[in-house]
Amino acid sequence: MSPTSILSPASTPADSIFGLSRFVLLNVAAIFGIVFTLLVYVVVRFRSRGIVDRSEPAQIYGSTQVELAWTVIPVLIVLALFLASARVIASIQDPPRPHGSLEVIVIGHQYWWEYRYPSLNIVTANELHVPVSDTAQPMPTFLTLLSADTDHSFWVPRLAGKTDLIPNHPNKTWIDPHESGIFLGQCAQYCGTQHAKMLLRIYVQPRDEFERWVREQQQGGQAAGSRGRRVFESMACINCHTISNTPASGKFGPDLTHIMSRDTIAAGAALNTRQQLRLWIKNPDAIKPGSKMPAMGLTDQEVDAVATYLETLR
Amino acid sequence: MSTTSIALTEVPASRPFPLHLHEWVTTVDHKRLGILYILLGVIFLAAGGIEATIMRVQLVRPHNDVVSPEAFNRMFTMHGTTMIFFVAMPLVFGFANYLVPLMIGARDMAFPRLNAFSFWMTALGGVFLYFSFLGGDGLYGAGSAPDVGWFAYAPLTAKTFSVGHSTDFWTLSLLSSDIGSIGTAINIIATILCLRCPGMMLGKMPLLVWLNLVMAGLVILAVGPLSAAQIMLLIDRYLGAHFFDTQAGGSAVIWMHFFWIFGHPEVYVLILPAFAFASEIIPVFSRKAMFGYSVMVLATIAIGFIGMSVWAHHMFTVGMSAGASTFFVLSTMAIAVPTGIKIFNWMATMWGGKIRFDAPMIFCVAFLFQFLVAGLTGVTLAVAPLDWQLGNSYYVVAHFHYVIVGGILFTIFAAIYYWLPKVTGKTYSERLARAHFWLFFIGFHLTFDFMHIPGLLGMPRRIYTYEPGRGWDTWNLIATVGVAFQAAGILFFAGNLVWSYLKGKPAGNDPWDAWTLEWSTSSPPPIYNYATIPVVRSRRPLWDLKHPEDPDWRYE
Repeated sequence: MSPTSILSPASTPADSIFGLSRFVLLNVAAIFGIVFTLLVYVVVRFRSRGIVDRSEPAQIYGSTQVELAWTVIPVLIVLALFLASARVIASIQDPPRPHGSLEVIVIGHQYWWEYRYPSLNIVTANELHVPVSDTAQPMPTFLTLLSADTDHSFWVPRLAGKTDLIPNHPNKTWIDPHESGIFLGQCAQYCGTQHAKMLLRIYVQPRDEFERWVREQQQGGQAAGSRGRRVFESMACINCHTISNTPASGKFGPDLTHIMSRDTIAAGAALNTRQQLRLWIKNPDAIKPGSKMPAMGLTDQEVDAVATYLETLR
Repeated sequence: MSTTSIALTEVPASRPFPLHLHEWVTTVDHKRLGILYILLGVIFLAAGGIEATIMRVQLVRPHNDVVSPEAFNRMFTMHGTTMIFFVAMPLVFGFANYLVPLMIGARDMAFPRLNAFSFWMTALGGVFLYFSFLGGDGLYGAGSAPDVGWFAYAPLTAKTFSVGHSTDFWTLSLLSSDIGSIGTAINIIATILCLRCPGMMLGKMPLLVWLNLVMAGLVILAVGPLSAAQIMLLIDRYLGAHFFDTQAGGSAVIWMHFFWIFGHPEVYVLILPAFAFASEIIPVFSRKAMFGYSVMVLATIAIGFIGMSVWAHHMFTVGMSAGASTFFVLSTMAIAVPTGIKIFNWMATMWGGKIRFDAPMIFCVAFLFQFLVAGLTGVTLAVAPLDWQLGNSYYVVAHFHYVIVGGILFTIFAAIYYWLPKVTGKTYSERLARAHFWLFFIGFHLTFDFMHIPGLLGMPRRIYTYEPGRGWDTWNLIATVGVAFQAAGILFFAGNLVWSYLKGKPAGNDPWDAWTLEWSTSSPPPIYNYATIPVVRSRRPLWDLKHPEDPDWRYE
């Protein structure tokens, strides 16, 4: 089963869309069945038989009754579909906001995702952690969508439909995942060269697990002095990346304070292993050609040292 | 002017090539300009087809590495821009140019020189677009084509994100072709309103003429906003304005509105002529008068009006209010009603007929089935919540290719086979046409039927590669295999044109035993179309001529 199928919803918005889609499909399939059958019948039944008979068939110019019938019936179907849509639009666009729901600001960048939890004072990237929201204890997550550069679109098909991230145009969406697990998605609005590898990973965690993750993220950086740290801080790395409690305070790239708490790097394009990390530092184009991370021309020893330093950022 | 054009008709066929060329370049004859438009479309069809093939080869398996992401992004930008502005529009205008004056018993378009000007502006647009491969980056580095996507959303087109000149070539290309489009649209409207032969009241015009009238009206309404947006973009990029420059407080959403108030009516600009071909071909090959002529006209006008008020269904995901979304759901679904009426009327025309399945008709029958599917997937996308899931996914890509290829291109092939004997005076090979049909039909369905599925499984469009393990691999493989069949079909089509040129027999004036005026003149028609201007009494003047005992005008 596809991990990104819209047909296996795991959150209210995706679920109500799925419900609506079954109703729409039922109508559309019925219309298709009827018209398709009629067309096949016409094509088979009224095909010209032999060339001998050159007489013309009876000429019929139209019929008001028939025209009325095939105008009124489609109008009724359209009205039914419209009313069903309007109901779901209202329910998804104006949802109830229970007390204690989580607020996250999502900022799209070329080609990665920044997440800010204003009430929890957490900044992270690419892997969004949210708590499970079960019916007994609903805890939906409300997302404010912003963009730092071009248009992007936030789409995790099993959780909700997509909503665009547009500069100067804040948007909102929400999810309330009913089950824990990792939900995948990716940017769905063309945003530049590496639009394809701007992947989304949503970690839906049981309440206690989520709270543990929050506590870990809330700790400041514990960067120890090391050769790798000296290389990192003497290069342009710090212009783009932040590591809290160090001079590194750049904003263009992902916050690396807790990089080792993430499973992937490069917005999901590679696993966060030492080997991939080294490759990513040494030559980003090998993983994600056209990404905004430059190759800094480090020697193999420097790359090793930086990777070792990053591995201490848990 | 008039003396030279009369003299040209008498020049013998065996002339040196430069004379020939000069004659075609300077022509103001609607038939020659029509042919030039169609040739332009066919040439760019090959270019756009190659771009599509490159994309499908890259997507044949996950993490494929045939082209770079930059090259892939250029391919989909060029493919979309080419197919809409330099394939579909020229083909549509070419047929309108060729057929409208003949069908209304006129000697030419209302403004022959505007006609030539419009064609060459469109051709210049195509040259601008493809010159970008050489000149796109300006003075620094190798050239490159635009890579902002065919709807070029702001702020990706701002100087910050699009350095060099590729976006400027794109803008100039569209501006130039827009001028051509508006010129031709004005010309079509003026021709239809002013040059109809005696007796041809509006209600007696062939449906093709009606549909092209509404099409031209839509072009005038829709293309203006696009040109305005292009000019604003140019001012943004070179004169420091901030219409769409979000970093200086401009609005990305305004560009979307400008683009789609063009972009959606554009779909109807292309599909109405497709309806026009079907509305001429289906009656002739069913041997029956069009069922519900006036309802067809009303449905066309309704599509034209409603089509102007549906554009924001391309923007369901940009964060519109619930009220706005709801309105655009209703207006979009409303289009399904007149469109459905058309399908039913074509079916009723075939009902009780004696259907002959020559190449034009088999393409039209396939069109009916395919357009039915395209319309129904369109209804699913009109449901805003479904669009939140399916918008910008491969489901949408499959849907609009079902419209543009399954609907428009199939009827254009039908039209080419139907009118080729009139245009060249020669027959085509029915066997080659059938091979063309079946290969293209199989290829079309392999590619675009299966393309809906990865969309349902979460695959967004415009990605140069994708992750394995998402259930998308097989469907993408099948879609790419389909391309091979489509390409083979196109080869048979090209072969058929060559066959017709070399071995085609004289077609005669009226090979299909048809009913509209163009079949009453010689094949190919003389430069003046009709020695004496015809007089008509009904929608099917040639039927009246062939059946004096039972003429149409008794019933209309």
